[in-house]
Amino acid sequence: MINDTYYNRRYVIAGIAILVVAIYIIRLFSLQIIDQSRREKADNNALVRQPVYASRGLIYDRNDSLLVFNQPIYEVVIILREMGTDFDTLAFCQALQIDTVDYRLRLEQISDRRKNRGFSRYTPQVFMANLKKEDVSLLQERLYHFPGVSIRERTLRDYTYNGASHILGSVGEVNQRDLERDPYYHQGDYSGRDGVEKQYEVALRGYNGVEVLMRDNRGRICGSYHDGELDQSAVAGTNLHLGIDIELQLLAEAEIGEHIGSAVAIEPATGEILALVSMPGWDPKSLVGKVRGKNYSALLNDPSKPLMNRATQAMYPPGSTFKTLQTLVALHQGGITPNTQYPCNGPQSTPIKCTHHHGSPVDLGMAIEQSCNPYYWCAFRDLLQMDGYGKNNAAFRRRYELWREDIMRFGLGQKFEDSDVPDQKSGSVPSTKLYDRFYGKTGWKAITIRSLSIGQGEVLVTPLQLANQAACIANEGYYISPHLLHNDSTYLLPDKRHETGIDNAYFKIVKDGMERVMTHGTGRWHNIPKWHICGKTGTVQNPHGKDHAIFIGYAPKDNPKIAVAIAVENVGFGATWACPVAVKMIDLYLQKHYPELADEEEQETENKKQETDDESKE
Amino acid sequence: MNQRNNIWSGVDWITIILFLALAIFGWMNIYGAGYSFEQTSIFSFSNRAGKQFVWLLTALVMGFCILMIDEKTYDILGYWFYGATILLLLITPFLAHDIKGSLSWITLGPVSLQPAEFAKCFTAIAIAKYMGRYGYRVETWKDLVIPGAMVLLPMVIIMFMQKETGSALVFLAFLLPFYRQGMTGKIMVAGLVAIIVGVIVLKFNLLPDSVIDKFLQPHQKTRIEVLLGNKEDPTGAGYNVNQSLIAIGSGGFFGKGYLKGTQTKLKFVPEQDTDFIFCTVGEEWGFFGSLLVLLAYLAFILRLIMIAERQRDIFSQVYAYSVASIFLFHLTINVGMVLGLLPVIGIPLPMFSYGGSSLWGFTLLLFILLRLDASRVNKLY
Repeated sequence: MINDTYYNRRYVIAGIAILVVAIYIIRLFSLQIIDQSRREKADNNALVRQPVYASRGLIYDRNDSLLVFNQPIYEVVIILREMGTDFDTLAFCQALQIDTVDYRLRLEQISDRRKNRGFSRYTPQVFMANLKKEDVSLLQERLYHFPGVSIRERTLRDYTYNGASHILGSVGEVNQRDLERDPYYHQGDYSGRDGVEKQYEVALRGYNGVEVLMRDNRGRICGSYHDGELDQSAVAGTNLHLGIDIELQLLAEAEIGEHIGSAVAIEPATGEILALVSMPGWDPKSLVGKVRGKNYSALLNDPSKPLMNRATQAMYPPGSTFKTLQTLVALHQGGITPNTQYPCNGPQSTPIKCTHHHGSPVDLGMAIEQSCNPYYWCAFRDLLQMDGYGKNNAAFRRRYELWREDIMRFGLGQKFEDSDVPDQKSGSVPSTKLYDRFYGKTGWKAITIRSLSIGQGEVLVTPLQLANQAACIANEGYYISPHLLHNDSTYLLPDKRHETGIDNAYFKIVKDGMERVMTHGTGRWHNIPKWHICGKTGTVQNPHGKDHAIFIGYAPKDNPKIAVAIAVENVGFGATWACPVAVKMIDLYLQKHYPELADEEEQETENKKQETDDESKE
Repeated sequence: MNQRNNIWSGVDWITIILFLALAIFGWMNIYGAGYSFEQTSIFSFSNRAGKQFVWLLTALVMGFCILMIDEKTYDILGYWFYGATILLLLITPFLAHDIKGSLSWITLGPVSLQPAEFAKCFTAIAIAKYMGRYGYRVETWKDLVIPGAMVLLPMVIIMFMQKETGSALVFLAFLLPFYRQGMTGKIMVAGLVAIIVGVIVLKFNLLPDSVIDKFLQPHQKTRIEVLLGNKEDPTGAGYNVNQSLIAIGSGGFFGKGYLKGTQTKLKFVPEQDTDFIFCTVGEEWGFFGSLLVLLAYLAFILRLIMIAERQRDIFSQVYAYSVASIFLFHLTINVGMVLGLLPVIGIPLPMFSYGGSSLWGFTLLLFILLRLDASRVNKLY
């Protein structure tokens, strides 16, 4: 052929081509197969994992009245780095209807690490929060013009009623501790801060989903990745049904009104809380959104301590309401018999004097009805001295311990551990140790702790415990821990019954006495006879001012549907201030749910009696 | 009639099939690169794939016409073509619109053309004609002065008047046909050594900046420095290469699937349908697809070398080697750049990159060769 001199050079040239391609194949192999790091880099480039917020569970009362629901709000979120240098600030401000001065100010605030600790130019920062749909609609339309800007939908809690604030609690942004404790949360998430919102946080919050979106080199969102294959949809939170009756709750709140106090109502058969009132409270709407921070600190600094849930955290001596338990325990332990009588005056009753007007000596029924202090002092003393004092006071102290154990079987001196009521205080039934510390083992006798006999002194209870005590009496010997959730069958399991171990017959005696309190005793002025209410008033001595008024009760007597406890601070007599609130609550609740239980005959007789009374007065 | 039959039977179909396969696969990837997850048809003129389709069809028509033209035309008119080309290159900067500092594009109605893309072909014809003269031999360096000047002239015009460094450097490809015809290999070895020395000088800053600045424009210097790792600049000059490597590296073995690449779709890789088109292949077709494409190019180039070797006259052989070398040079520089092995020099990947001029230019180059090859049997030297 031609030019054979350089024949072999064809191989050099082909060799160069093969060499180049071989080098490139090796390079490709190392880039694509050996080094896997670029896959992640590519995902960081192009993918945005945007949370899809689960809608928080709604909260209803026992009658399916909606108490708490959600309201959508919008946040404008920016990633500064992606906004770029040619960001059209003016158009952005116009879309948001703010001026450029405002814009600069907000940017400064966001970038100030002292005010915004999580600031980064690379991560989404909230530029404006708590916006309504109409505030962001313009921006939404033009979003494509603004790289690095996105709109996030959030929800805020909203409330149907201005009440039940302590039970419901509130929702707020998670704090550093939550973030460390639960990896579910991310900065800026919301969680229940108190009340059932906190107690049932995990059920209510549901499960946030995630949307994997693609963004282009300028940070603009370009739709979902792989048609949403990697997305996880949000799982909405569970709706809660609470045992409370919102009408009953609001009535009690209105009745206590301007006073400081609390009211608790329980369904004795189930332990469900029908109302849990602590006054003063707050408007739940005031702790939502933008205004939350300001209003929360106002509540925190309020001297009347509205944030404290007095129904579960305030501790008072039970006063005369304690006599119901004293009666039961004394009978149970054999300190007295149903027929025991004590004189209401004279040396035996010293130093406790009777404050009421009735004959002497009194029997047990009369003692309850008339709340006779000397009777209970005598009964308590005789019970504790039943075994004598013994060597080193041992027999007396053992008896005291037995007494204490029986009292505590009513739920006193401890928290309800198997209950969903948050923030309980345990109250106190003083132990022998306490008195030993005060007086030495041999230094205290029945007379030393005589105040306990009438529910004053070192014994302390919460209104919740008082209501539970009423329920326990209504049930004639057992209680189910008071709880907030409606129709939660786990509370009805046999082992959830807390038995007092006291004979039903003794309860009948106490119930009779409590009924007489309402018909003939301290409660008679406010009674509504058709409901056969049983009650016991209490007036707690308050060294700092006017006495606290306390009342416990339940109705109807033989078919109990509602047990209540009321505590109103600094008002005076329980009969005057606490009893009427309880009666109104019982009336409303029974009229609404059990009108068939009304004893109209009884009411007629009473009405007639009152008419004749009125006539005779004229 | 008889001769036409001869042409069709003599045409190298393997080359045509490889050419078409690469062009069609390139066209698909241009669609992929321009695809923004909002479906517009691959034939729609609103996207570049649609336009490329038209370029491809016209290129085929052009190829067909070239096969119809008598092969002697090029030998006879070779210098005229060359002269006309040089003239066109000279006036181009005065007609051109400035596109990113380059003065190489002239607009004819709806289309923009880059004469430099055609200059390669006519330069190849011219040197083929010169070296194919009866009795021409490369014996001393003096024999290469004229063909060397023929190559240098358009190169200088393109580099200094049109400011198209990439297109100018392509003319270095003519070293290979020179070498095949007898140029001493020492020149190429010397060139290679010069590049290595240059790299070492730049890498270790052995020369003062003032000297380097005389040879390199600032952006070229930066590109080289980034490549050598002297400069970290992921958002500036290094950005393109960095994003290119991310796109390719994220492809893995089988790639993310056609139209499913995120880096190229979402515009992280610049020039993704022209100079960086190979990224789209790397990301969406993975190692597997990239390998096939590279092997197809290798097969194509080796086939061209084979064709060159079977020519019976120097004119055809020189021309054939020129064509093979130009394809090889484009492949080497383009893929080397995309893989981060060579500095960023903007030249297209033959048949793959979007662009009418380059596709027409390569078609012209290739089909003239196919015509010469088809009629080699008629040569009775």
